[in-house]
Amino acid sequence: MAKKAFIPVLVVASLSIGAAGCTQRQAGVEFTDPYEQTNRRAHEFNKELDRAIVKPAAQAYTDLTPKPVQRGVSNFANNLSQPANVVNYMLQGNMAEAMNTTGIFLVNSLIGVGGIFDIAGREGHFARDTDFGETLSTWGVSEGAYIELTGLGPTTERGAVGKVVDFVMDPLASVLTVSQRQALRVASVSKVLEARVEYGDALDSVLYDSADSYTQTRLYYLQSRRYELGTQPQDIIDPFEEMYGTE
Amino acid sequence: MEPNRFSRRSVLALGAGVIVATATPLQAASGAQAEALVGKLVDDINDVIASGMSEAQMIARFEQIFIRYADVPTIARYALGRDSRAASAAQMKRFTNEFTAYLARKYGKQFRKFIGGKIEMQGSRAVKSYFEVATMAKLKGEAPFEVQFLVTDRSGELLFFNMFIEGINMLLAERSEIGALLDRNGGNIDAMIKDLAKIA
Repeated sequence: MAKKAFIPVLVVASLSIGAAGCTQRQAGVEFTDPYEQTNRRAHEFNKELDRAIVKPAAQAYTDLTPKPVQRGVSNFANNLSQPANVVNYMLQGNMAEAMNTTGIFLVNSLIGVGGIFDIAGREGHFARDTDFGETLSTWGVSEGAYIELTGLGPTTERGAVGKVVDFVMDPLASVLTVSQRQALRVASVSKVLEARVEYGDALDSVLYDSADSYTQTRLYYLQSRRYELGTQPQDIIDPFEEMYGTE
Repeated sequence: MEPNRFSRRSVLALGAGVIVATATPLQAASGAQAEALVGKLVDDINDVIASGMSEAQMIARFEQIFIRYADVPTIARYALGRDSRAASAAQMKRFTNEFTAYLARKYGKQFRKFIGGKIEMQGSRAVKSYFEVATMAKLKGEAPFEVQFLVTDRSGELLFFNMFIEGINMLLAERSEIGALLDRNGGNIDAMIKDLAKIA
């Protein structure tokens, strides 16, 4: 594992050094976006993909599938993402969250019929998702430039490397049978479709109602990601100071 | 002190308090007052969420709630940014009205997701020149998430001037959005206001 992670870390480190020279500010949020042209093309593609396929498929899926079945399917997919979360929490040195996630995984797998029922969630215990991008962040790797990936959506250089590592180090890869893996794949896609409808209003507002959906997506993504990782600088915006001067 | 039994001394103290409040508004408002404001705001939102009204009715109610609890002129002026200095008073007024309706539509639609859930008060802390009041949105079957309101009385009235939904800063998002809308209209404020009215 450690060896696999080493190369991407170097890549991210060198990329972020390369990008450090061109920090931009978009209304108070600092970021670097040297790939904006490529990103915008990917963004247009992603929007088209959403409009033509993902959104209608999501609508059809949620219309045709009873709500409890949808919940069961997404619970199942969520539950099987926990082992990877546990590994990342351990790599982050966050033993408390690793234990908590392990507990939730065990409870839901054993009592929740293979994760179909979110027993832990009903008791108010929610596992917080993590990924290797967050692990890199806790190791001090900086975010790097903003990237929008074709078909995968917004991320950063660090996040993109994280995605690759997460894909490669999947702890379930050797455990699941072929048919189990297929079931998981179907469940994961269904989970995305359910989420597309669940967060539909917020997503539609950003993608289709805003004047420049690319910049809005970038702003929303970077802020919520930094908030999630606890790396959002406590940027104090004081509209009074800015507009009316200090008192 | 019981609120409804004023002694002469407490009335005098209150009067002095009001004078101090006008002179230095920052020291006057307390964290408790900021929490009380957000508490009322959250109660009003929860009522709308639980009311079973149609979406159009909900959005109309949200617009009223917004006008009552938010420092709308400040938020509008910030969203317009540098261009607010070039805007005439009449333009500013039209923009503020249109912007308020737009925010009610935009955020009102998203509160639909809250039906069956509720927002709970967490507490507040003083930051520099305002209070940050934290609330937790608890929706069915979902991990709770944080919504923060930034409250100050620097406009002369205790109101919120910004909110963060899971870390997303409303002022920043709206300044970016209005900026993009202005660009799309070649920097023409009147055309931008017309365009804003069309945004769902």
